[in-house]
Amino acid sequence: MNSHFSEAQLQEVKRLVSRYPEGRQKSALIPILHLAQDTFGGWLSKEVMDYVAGLLSIKPIEVYEVASFYTMFNLQPVGKHLLEVCQTGPCMLNGSESIIDYIYEKLGIRPGETTVDGLFTLKTVECLGACGYAPMLQLGEHYREYLTKEKIDALIESCKSNRANA
Amino acid sequence: MGRKLLLEKAHVENIRSYDVYRKEGGYRSVEKALKSLSPDQVTEEVKKSGLRGRGGAGFPTGMKWGFLAKPTGVPRYLVVNADESEPGTFKDRYLMEFIPHLLIEGMIVSSYALGSNNSYIYIRGEYAWITHILEQAIEEARQNGWVGKNILGTGFDCDIFVQRGAGAYICGEETALLESLEGKRGNPRIKPPFPAVKGLWDCPTVVNNVETIAALVPIINEGGEEYAKIGIGKSTGTKLISACGNINKPGVYEIDMTISVEEFIYSDEYCGGIPNGRKLKACIPGGSSVPILPANLLLKTAKGEDRMMTYESLADGGFASGSMMGSGGFIVMDDSQCVVRHTYTLARFYRHESCGQCSPCREGTGWMEKILWNIETGKGKMSDIDLLWDIQRKIDGNTICPLGEAAAWPVAAAIRHFRDEFEWHVTHPQEAQQRNYGLAHYANALAVPVA
Repeated sequence: MNSHFSEAQLQEVKRLVSRYPEGRQKSALIPILHLAQDTFGGWLSKEVMDYVAGLLSIKPIEVYEVASFYTMFNLQPVGKHLLEVCQTGPCMLNGSESIIDYIYEKLGIRPGETTVDGLFTLKTVECLGACGYAPMLQLGEHYREYLTKEKIDALIESCKSNRANA
Repeated sequence: MGRKLLLEKAHVENIRSYDVYRKEGGYRSVEKALKSLSPDQVTEEVKKSGLRGRGGAGFPTGMKWGFLAKPTGVPRYLVVNADESEPGTFKDRYLMEFIPHLLIEGMIVSSYALGSNNSYIYIRGEYAWITHILEQAIEEARQNGWVGKNILGTGFDCDIFVQRGAGAYICGEETALLESLEGKRGNPRIKPPFPAVKGLWDCPTVVNNVETIAALVPIINEGGEEYAKIGIGKSTGTKLISACGNINKPGVYEIDMTISVEEFIYSDEYCGGIPNGRKLKACIPGGSSVPILPANLLLKTAKGEDRMMTYESLADGGFASGSMMGSGGFIVMDDSQCVVRHTYTLARFYRHESCGQCSPCREGTGWMEKILWNIETGKGKMSDIDLLWDIQRKIDGNTICPLGEAAAWPVAAAIRHFRDEFEWHVTHPQEAQQRNYGLAHYANALAVPVA
């Protein structure tokens, strides 16, 4: 995959860097890694991280050590749709374990696994701040809350039909 | 009905938009502060208000501001901590999502008081859609002259930026947050120096929680003394409580700190009681890090008094029989829940979130998770309970940042108050796989020791 930003994205990088004092451009690293992950297939390859290091005039290791620290950055390829199910205490009290089991029943994947067709990856995450609306999962930028089996069915169907449209 | 200062207008249609927010009286506090008060007078109002940090520690905000170093020629920064990640806590999310201008307004007033011309909101990475909401609100405020250069013609400049994190509970610790904002791993710094002297990019910095900064708006509008009249003792003003777990009405509630815990759980104005005819077993009243309490100690203090929703009353009895207000993440468990399993999920959480700098935390959290899993799944020994106790004691107080304590306290409190449930898992390994322990004696009236 071509791992270079478009002109518009490079403008966005410039805007991000301008938010910090002169010489503090490294502060833009995490926002730019988000942009890179969204742009280059949902994960950060070594090639992409080296590219980001070049953009910010920092050493590649400074990017690797940050990318590997934060759980939202994927250092391996993931499916097209990443289902991130919260499993911490308050969600557990409201049945998050049965949601994880049901996804296995539907898609045959356990946490950390991807379906053979590359459409879905299941990941368990720790508290996402939706405890009052549990159980929940994150899909892309949005939360899906008060989960039920029916809602999981509908969610999986809509993800699949997206592919049909693509 | 209790007083509402922050969420009073949260249900007004389109309050998220600038025009509606302004029409409802928004940005008055900026006019008042910038035109009629000096920065030091704003800080003075905060001191008078008795406002305590709403992120969890409850440190007096005015005093924290008072520590800010002001060397000439060095920029100062306000950083808002929106890295809300404490299990059970979702109040800042609610405030930012539904009434974002309240935070922006509070930030302008606070930035004026502290002398910050560039202020940052550090928001947890998962709240991606709220980042857009905040950026739009900032843009609207800018269009209307509240953000940017020469605000209200007073010569005060203030810009506000939103920075997303990327999934790390530790970045809620203020020095880890600053590291992350500088584009580094979220490893907490050794203190001193404190951020007030050496913070963001080595400059004097104040880091405050979202709700704390939002509280500046009513404090300036009504005056610090008026604000301090609400509540009991040193618990002044209102507090957002995010309630979850086994209750009829989970959600975010603004309470003035005058109600009892019992009223909060059972009244229809708040949680609406326990669903499905179940009984209250236990509660973690202030986010996952604070001690869990069995029903009896939750509703009454060891002295037999009603426990109130205040900093002092929730902490009454110390860790022997009390807990903490913490972040206001109120987690309720009914009699069908297993304390061992719940404690296990919290131990797993802290192991996952430990940054790995300090050995007691990095190693200890992993040990606690494994031992709790063994006990929960019927593979535990009686000596494991004592081993757990030993490990948590060796973490507590021996780490750079408070994540160590945050991981140790839930385990300690679970053993302290629910030891019989742990022992039952060890003595009934098969049965513990089939059913949960139940309510046992946890709701019984206390035998009050005679002094």
